[in-house]
Amino acid sequence: MEDIKLLKGNEVLAIAAIRCGADGYFGYPITPQSEVMETLMDERPWLTTGMVVLQAESETSSINMIYGGAAAGKRVMTSSSSPGLSLMCEGLSYLAGAELPCLVVNVARGGPGLGSIQASQADYFQLVKGGGHGDYKLIVLAPNSVQEMNDFVGLGFDLAFKYRIPAVILTDGIIGQMMEKVTLSPERPRRTEEELAKECGDWATTGRKASRGKANLANSLFLDSVDLEQHNLHLQKKYREIEKNEVLCEQIQVEDAEYIMVAYGTSSRICMKVVEDMRKEGHKVGLIRPITLFPFPTEIIAKAAEHSKVILSVEMSAGQMVEDVRLAVGCACKCRVEHFGRFGGVVHSPAEVYEALKALM
Amino acid sequence: MAKIKGTIEVDIQKCKGCAVCVSVCPTKVIELGAKVNDKGYNYVVMLNEDDCIGCAGCAMVCPDSVITVYKKKFE
Amino acid sequence: MMKVEKISENMVYQKPRLITNNTMHYCPGCSHGTVHKIVAELIDEMGLEDNAVAVSPVGCSVLAYNYIDIDWVQAAHGRAPAIATALKRLMPDRLVFTYQGDGDLAAIGTAETIHSLVRGENIVIIFINNAIYGMTGGQMAPTTLIGQKTATTPYGRDTALNGFPYKMGEIAAMMPGVTYVTRQSVDKPAAVRAAKKAIKKAFENSIGCKGTSFVEIVATCNSGWKLSPVASNDWMRENMFPEYPLGDLKNNG
Repeated sequence: MEDIKLLKGNEVLAIAAIRCGADGYFGYPITPQSEVMETLMDERPWLTTGMVVLQAESETSSINMIYGGAAAGKRVMTSSSSPGLSLMCEGLSYLAGAELPCLVVNVARGGPGLGSIQASQADYFQLVKGGGHGDYKLIVLAPNSVQEMNDFVGLGFDLAFKYRIPAVILTDGIIGQMMEKVTLSPERPRRTEEELAKECGDWATTGRKASRGKANLANSLFLDSVDLEQHNLHLQKKYREIEKNEVLCEQIQVEDAEYIMVAYGTSSRICMKVVEDMRKEGHKVGLIRPITLFPFPTEIIAKAAEHSKVILSVEMSAGQMVEDVRLAVGCACKCRVEHFGRFGGVVHSPAEVYEALKALM
Repeated sequence: MAKIKGTIEVDIQKCKGCAVCVSVCPTKVIELGAKVNDKGYNYVVMLNEDDCIGCAGCAMVCPDSVITVYKKKFE
Repeated sequence: MMKVEKISENMVYQKPRLITNNTMHYCPGCSHGTVHKIVAELIDEMGLEDNAVAVSPVGCSVLAYNYIDIDWVQAAHGRAPAIATALKRLMPDRLVFTYQGDGDLAAIGTAETIHSLVRGENIVIIFINNAIYGMTGGQMAPTTLIGQKTATTPYGRDTALNGFPYKMGEIAAMMPGVTYVTRQSVDKPAAVRAAKKAIKKAFENSIGCKGTSFVEIVATCNSGWKLSPVASNDWMRENMFPEYPLGDLKNNG
């Protein structure tokens, strides 16, 4: 029987983590995502599944706890909001460098600096383009409903372990705080030590050196430049593989569209309303919703641009994803690419997006 | 009377000639030799094997684990 | 003439089995190698090769994983105790220890160190205090002595400019969750024996989940101090030991 609940986005992140067999959560309170750890502490999964939940002294510490847990092959997760993610960027770079799988959630808020506690999409660059030092990528999932908040916890872990890469759920304060009906994931048990050894035995630092016959090392240090270049080439190959295999994207009435919006997360829900309103008036309008921000649906956008006059990137930022949309469309294409969005924690209304798109027609 | 005697073997190429072992030897039977290893370090050598008591103090303080110690009791 | 044959039945001391054959990158006479050796011996003697995960820092001992043949996690600068926290929480039956220098543990990693002690994590922190940043070329560390010359205190550490050395061992001992705090050295055979006994106790505490054990080793950095290895030991005994006296600061195990 389906398990259907009415939950906040943040709450469901916690519930989904327990249900999909996460081994540990390490976090630090920050608005607007504190319900994630609060829910976990209330659920006390250590008494049921054995999942560890720990409040760290900072986001710097949380992400390094994630590094430790991930190094041991455990399914570990943290969540935070924008300023916290800035602190975590050091750890994310190390996790990417050491090829450790984990799940990190950013319930984003307005910036820069302490900014605001209202929803924002201004952390696209930070998580899709890097944020930390070095050439690395993270798998970035962008849910636009509480249901997807639930679904992407399991998906994030699966992708993270498939490619030994940190996976990120990039959402915002609206989806984190919003309550919706959600069908919970089926429960799956935490992996046993034997299962973990089978899946991660050739790299996880589980302290089982003697049985394994060789020591394992979680490391991102390569003192010899040629070695480091080789390591980077290996990472790049993996990123190309992810780009080839893992793009997720929703297309709404794109097939005949002359005017296309590209939007993810909260913004995509607003744009859905704009598609509906404009179609009613006879305008050929569509919406491309990237579900994975890395890998980005470059080919889908490029193909849509061939029959489109204008592509409008609608983001709650001063224009970040629009750069990837421009790259996808390319200079040779006649299709015009523009950006619209309110930011600093202000959420655009469907009417504002309607006007912005109308002005381009 | 029983006499305890010792001796050491040095991994010459790994010795860095720090001489910490020389400084702790209670019977002063080791010193840095005149010869150098492939890296140019004057490695530690046994001066007077007769006085070595096999206490292993030299090996214990050796950061590079280059000294193996042998000991035997002669009746 | 009685001669001791170099055969296995006469052997009383050799390179520990878990010390790899890699030549250590440490400077001649560096205390790190001696501490590594103690750790490797204990893991072997205590039968913990199949039960140990260590965390290496940023600093000279960043490459410790090349020398002690067990599972290692290499940490970002100062973050080792956070990493060890998760390792131990997720694998409570393992021996988990960090190996950190004074810059890593007492400067950039202060928060991670203090809070692992506050939580009383069942880990061991091995703290090599040589009062200087070795790897980056001998700059002032939090534990640099007043008046001590380093690359960034060329006229000696001046308290008006640089503040005072601080004593992590004493701070650790204040924490209720900390079981065992001791300060040792490895400059003489007797000191090596005492340090080994101390680290053994700390390892037993981690395995038995008895709270945090903090083992400070007052050590030399002869390159940073610009002295010979032997003169460094003398300098350490004369100058470091009065500021950082050896012995147990707390023993509730």
